[in-house]
Amino acid sequence: MSNPFSKLDKVLEHSVRLQVLSILVVNESYDFNSLKETLELSDGNLATHIKVLEKEKYILINKSFIGKKPNTRYRLSEKGKQAFKKHIDALEAIIKSQKQ
Amino acid sequence: MPNQSKYEADIASIRNMMERTTKFISLSGLSGVLAGLYALMGAGVVYFMVYFPQSPLSYRIETIQPFDTVMKFIGVALVVLVASIGTGLWLSSKKAQKAGLKIWSVSSKAMLINLAVPIVSGGIFILILLMNGHYGVVASACLVFYGLGLINASPNLYDEIRYLGYSEIIIGLVSAALPGYGLLFWSLGFGVLHIVYGLLMFRKYDR
Repeated sequence: MSNPFSKLDKVLEHSVRLQVLSILVVNESYDFNSLKETLELSDGNLATHIKVLEKEKYILINKSFIGKKPNTRYRLSEKGKQAFKKHIDALEAIIKSQKQ
Repeated sequence: MPNQSKYEADIASIRNMMERTTKFISLSGLSGVLAGLYALMGAGVVYFMVYFPQSPLSYRIETIQPFDTVMKFIGVALVVLVASIGTGLWLSSKKAQKAGLKIWSVSSKAMLINLAVPIVSGGIFILILLMNGHYGVVASACLVFYGLGLINASPNLYDEIRYLGYSEIIIGLVSAALPGYGLLFWSLGFGVLHIVYGLLMFRKYDR
């Protein structure tokens, strides 16, 4: 029998990164400041996790300006979508096996 | 098992984030009840100003009304609209504050845009009806377009709102077939339905 723990995504085991992907699964795109407000994180803290997701190519970045203010928006990549789904399936399997 | 609660907390936080960023969950049920009461009061005012000796349940055949009567209708309807929106904003921002959320967010913006498309189209359509003297189907058009707006905005609101939308459309269509009962159906759609759904939502989400 395969071990469901081994199917967990290492990148998404951190709750902030999991939450960022959850938001991007249901929203076409989301900007940095709204993410920061929703997750109640500091700039630096959020930026660190965003960088990890970016390095894994789980999210796509779109930088633009609204007037003079920079506006950075994030979208979920196909790779991120697959990773999220796999991670959720693994979480589900773990919870199910523990309930038995 | 050691980590069980961590995995369940993860699932809960996923659901929480998905809901919080797509749904305007600060909408106050109580404001729906109050909007319904304002609508009933407005309908009462119009009834006493215009129809009074007639029974409110009687079917009216005369469709062409003098212009100043129409203006009275519009004036009362606008007061009801402004009071309802004002109450909705006030109570919803109170609810948002209590939950530590912001009323002006990505989800509330999306909700307003989705709501506005059918409502603004309907509003313009109704103005054209009024300008051409087609007063008989105005009440019906208000209900149908409002229902469409609610259904369009329901992905960003509670699920119950979709059913409120369907109910408004059904009442609106029945009202179009029976234009002489316009005020009665208007009171049913904007008054009674708001109170019923508002109470439902208040009991489910506000406490």
